[in-house]
Amino acid sequence: MGSTILVTVIMLVALGVVLAIILYLVAQKFKVYEDPRIDEVEAILPGANCGGCGFAGCRALAEALVKSNDMTSLYCPVGGNATMRATAKILGGEAQTKDPMIAAVRCNGTCENRPRTNQFEGAVSCAVMAATYGGETACTYGCLGRGDCVVSCPFDAIHMNPATDLPEVDEEKCTACGNCVKACPKIIIELRKKGPKGKRIFVSCINKDKGGIAKKACDVACISCSKCFKTCPYEAITVANNLAYIDFTKCKLCRKCVEVCPTGSIHEIHFPPRVKKEEIGITEN
Amino acid sequence: MLKTFKLGGIHPADNKMAALMPIEDIAPEGKVQIFVSQHLGAPAEPIVAKGDTVKVGQLIAKSTGFVSANIHSSVSGTIASIDSIPDHLGIRRTAITITVEGDEWLKTIDRSKEIKHNITITPQEIIAKITEAGIVGLGGAAFPTHVKLSVPQGKKAETLLINGAECEPYLTSDYRVMMEYSEELLIGVLILKKALNVPKVYIGIEVNKQDAINKLKGLQSKHQGIEIVPLKMKYPQGGEKQLIKAIINREVPSGSLPIDVGAIVHNVGTAYAVYEAVQKNKPLIENILTITGKNVKEQKNLNVRVGTPLSSVLQKYGGLPKNTGKIILGGPMMGKAISNLDAPTQKSTSAILIMPQLEASRPKPSTCIRCSRCVSVCPMGLEPYLLIRLAERKMYDDLEKNLAHDCIECGCCIYSCPANLSLLDYIRLGKTEVLKIRRSRK
Repeated sequence: MGSTILVTVIMLVALGVVLAIILYLVAQKFKVYEDPRIDEVEAILPGANCGGCGFAGCRALAEALVKSNDMTSLYCPVGGNATMRATAKILGGEAQTKDPMIAAVRCNGTCENRPRTNQFEGAVSCAVMAATYGGETACTYGCLGRGDCVVSCPFDAIHMNPATDLPEVDEEKCTACGNCVKACPKIIIELRKKGPKGKRIFVSCINKDKGGIAKKACDVACISCSKCFKTCPYEAITVANNLAYIDFTKCKLCRKCVEVCPTGSIHEIHFPPRVKKEEIGITEN
Repeated sequence: MLKTFKLGGIHPADNKMAALMPIEDIAPEGKVQIFVSQHLGAPAEPIVAKGDTVKVGQLIAKSTGFVSANIHSSVSGTIASIDSIPDHLGIRRTAITITVEGDEWLKTIDRSKEIKHNITITPQEIIAKITEAGIVGLGGAAFPTHVKLSVPQGKKAETLLINGAECEPYLTSDYRVMMEYSEELLIGVLILKKALNVPKVYIGIEVNKQDAINKLKGLQSKHQGIEIVPLKMKYPQGGEKQLIKAIINREVPSGSLPIDVGAIVHNVGTAYAVYEAVQKNKPLIENILTITGKNVKEQKNLNVRVGTPLSSVLQKYGGLPKNTGKIILGGPMMGKAISNLDAPTQKSTSAILIMPQLEASRPKPSTCIRCSRCVSVCPMGLEPYLLIRLAERKMYDDLEKNLAHDCIECGCCIYSCPANLSLLDYIRLGKTEVLKIRRSRK
């Protein structure tokens, strides 16, 4: 009885040792050299695997960063400049610096601004809706309100507002990974410069119909009147295809365009409330 | 035993309430809006300008390629504008708006009721005339007819099939054409037969239209080489591939066209339009339109000029009934619910179906229980429950492997789904993506 147990134990130990030796030899033979810096870089990256950098995940970006000598074409929008600087420290290259970006929803077609003319009851998906017909309102460009962007966000940073039926971006959470930009079939969401203290100005409309048609469909549509284009002192605004667009690289945040827009389609975010001119007059006196 | 296709299919209640209503002409009035693209393929190019006067049947937009079709004026009057207007789905497309003034037809169009039997012209001339008249398939897809008649090199048309199945519930326009224009229809079929140079023509008609079968059979002896085939009632019998399977028992392989098995399918409506174009020089400017629905007081079959606004047609017959939930252009299975009633009719518009509120809304979808009912009813042998999963997840490679591009969008899956899943919505989306990928690969 005792000897049986002993033999079994010895046999198993011997088998274990032999197999371990074989495994060790095989591992040595087929060993793939991996740059230890890849692990280091991966540890610095955010680890969200969002794909905002254009690679399959954080590890793929780390590999690409280590492999390429030139770091300037690669950038992690989620980690931002701090992460890229830390990476550059390890890899010894020059880190690319970019302004922080944020997703901007360029549609303000709330239920009051843009009356619904019909009701869609197919699958709850903007992609399906966009492929089926023009939409629930007379504006065929605006937000469909089915939340494909919400589903696509890996950071829980975009949500539908039930009051307006439009998505709203959570500025704290948004990392500008660009997943919502790709998910929106109407290409309403755009990545724009976050601006100093979050101050930014953009045209919140993408309707390319002629002014009259756009205005009929939605009260706050861009009617391509070109007033903002004429007002802008920095040539940051272009009007093409019946739609104004503010180039955020040229915009100096002077807010002159916001004042002249007759439909209020240009939005200013995080600016202090305007002081009225009359009030200034009173203080001067 | 009655012939039918083998795989899948459903039996919805046929509800052909407008079947006994004779076709009525309605005179054009006010304005018409004619889209320059009413067919599959390239849009036509307008050749008239604002302020021009046109007559009925005059060419107003010229086809811009092989797969394209001419557009003719359906009324006489003045061109008011050439601009983009929203169509029935709310999407803006270029249309020619004409203010109606009188009803003056081109002199070349023969408007007499006399039936012309003799087909005197050659096959090439027939195709040229059909191209000129801008005829498109009136079965629903609006594919230019002359393209189907021009058999590509290396392929041979052996059989011509005429689709009189009208398997969609509610629709009666094809039935009315078969009843009222039987003789003209058969001559049209013979014209198509001559153009294709095929020995045999079959006209497939479902047995719920026994009058039409009897009437055409009675006239059969006068017209050589036409056989009337009664078909079992089953949706979607009128699908090209299903009709080929039912009548000549040939299967069209995945990704090929009917011509690959030597068959060509045309609709009865198209055959009638071909008769009018070839024998009477009349381009495709009118379509037979059924107004039907359970709440509709006056069921109608109308002969409407292309481009008449839907709202004006409805207004003439008392407007919309109470409790209207949905208005569908076409049949309940394949037709599209519309979002804009001011949109004009198009060449291939076959019906305005008005669904009452109770029947119109879709029940709330729940979870797939893998009952595989969708698989057993799919006439193309696909697996809709799988395709919806793949399409939802944007797995287009797998969608292609599972032949999503073979889907004919008949809606059998969504009709039979006990969980009320939006199967077709997603499959259609996936199919479009797969087709895009396949086209980019070529």
